[in-house]
Amino acid sequence: MADFQSLDVLRRSASTETTPQIRAHPEVAKLIDVSRCIGCKACQAACMEWNDLRDDVGYFEGSYNNPGDLDPSTWTLMRFTEWEDPKGNLEWLIRKDGCMHCAEPGCLEACPSPGAIVQYANGIVDFISENCIGCGYCVKGCPFNIPRISQADHKAYKCTLCSDRVAVGMEPACVKACPTGAILFGTKSDMTAWAGERVEDLKSRGFDEAGLYDPAGVGGTHVMYVLHHADTPSIYAGLPDQPSISPVVQAWKGVMKPIAMAGLAFTAVVGFVHWMVAGPNEVQPEDEARGRDVLNEKQP
Amino acid sequence: MRQPPGTLARYTTVARLNHWITAALLILLALSGMALFHPSLFFLTNLFGGGSYTRAIHPWFGTVLLLSFALLFIRFARHNLWERDDTRWIGSIRSVLANDEEHAPEVGRYNAGQKLVFWSMTLLILMLFASGIVVWDTYFFPYSTIGQKRFAQLVHSVAAVAIIGIWIVHVYAALWVRGSVQAMTRGVVSAGWSWRHHRKWLRETAHHRATGE
Repeated sequence: MADFQSLDVLRRSASTETTPQIRAHPEVAKLIDVSRCIGCKACQAACMEWNDLRDDVGYFEGSYNNPGDLDPSTWTLMRFTEWEDPKGNLEWLIRKDGCMHCAEPGCLEACPSPGAIVQYANGIVDFISENCIGCGYCVKGCPFNIPRISQADHKAYKCTLCSDRVAVGMEPACVKACPTGAILFGTKSDMTAWAGERVEDLKSRGFDEAGLYDPAGVGGTHVMYVLHHADTPSIYAGLPDQPSISPVVQAWKGVMKPIAMAGLAFTAVVGFVHWMVAGPNEVQPEDEARGRDVLNEKQP
Repeated sequence: MRQPPGTLARYTTVARLNHWITAALLILLALSGMALFHPSLFFLTNLFGGGSYTRAIHPWFGTVLLLSFALLFIRFARHNLWERDDTRWIGSIRSVLANDEEHAPEVGRYNAGQKLVFWSMTLLILMLFASGIVVWDTYFFPYSTIGQKRFAQLVHSVAAVAIIGIWIVHVYAALWVRGSVQAMTRGVVSAGWSWRHHRKWLRETAHHRATGE
């Protein structure tokens, strides 16, 4: 059984019960300051090492991205973008991609298996593999295209925000490994305050649109970015400008469920009422007599 | 097997087997699908050996059902073509529901309600299979975008609820119209049942007997 003792559970997939809380956990957040990242991939290496993950060796695809995409063994990935600003200056945008740990997680909303996805009181969204059935609903629910289903064990994987390390008072492995201080970890309020200082500094150096990426469409996130061009997040390798849970997923997981159950129950009740009112349609003796006449070619 | 006197053969043994295999698969699909549709029905996964097995076996049930239903379709499609009398029969649906069929047009092998069930099942099974393939990640994940998968998932669940509704109508009608179930269990119906519910079919069958035998 998963051991949640040190991390109280706030939300649990496919479950109606709310978890009572006697402790007040501070919300945590990882702050990724894109303007201080040098693209060394130490975070990627630390993630692999701590989580004991080894991806298959892939192929060079003409990009610094290595491997080419997130996968069941790659929970964080540096994404490199060569971007020209309106004046024609080249900027090398490097974004550490991975789970954003949404306050309103689309994966958890979509998950059909009780307890396969949980959100801890500190904000971390975690996949509990023993309950995962590998259906891929989380992949459809996620607004950031993060979860990946393993073809080895048919379970979903993504960044855990090192919930095992955080539970015992350590920072995530990527944070520990970052040599430039581009990745920081602390309470969400501390990280938001520090991001404010960074944004001010960037603005004073000519990045007028610098800002904090903490999208309200998913209730805020527990992984935040400091972006020098916060007005257009999508230039950072497709970071969604305004992420939210897809209306299609909301219809499927929201209104659809009660309407479907009520509709089917109603159909069955209509049948029962019809039986009460009209009763069975029985073959009468005269039907039998006339039917036999027809069969015996004594047509009436 | 000798046919009892005063009865008409309605379904061959192979047709009945074909029907019940399809029926069993539809029920297995409904149970395993509902388990993954609504959290309060997740306990149904226990019938299939747990969540992972339910997820893995559901699309295979669907594949076998598609094949089984395809055979049923070939068998029954030509009897289910819509005719002018079917529209008139629908017009007198109120008296039919009140167990009075004397004022409705005489019915051939199938009445308009049965034909509607047949074509709804056909359409919904095709929709379910097509949308099911899109979200069968084990084999077909790379062939669609996430946006398409979301849409397919919604279509799949709406079509599934619709087909379960049609199934309820189908089962209720079979129980309500007495003497119908034995058509599909033993393959024969009485002359009286045929006179009452499928008079045109009875006349045709009697005619074939008289001229053919």
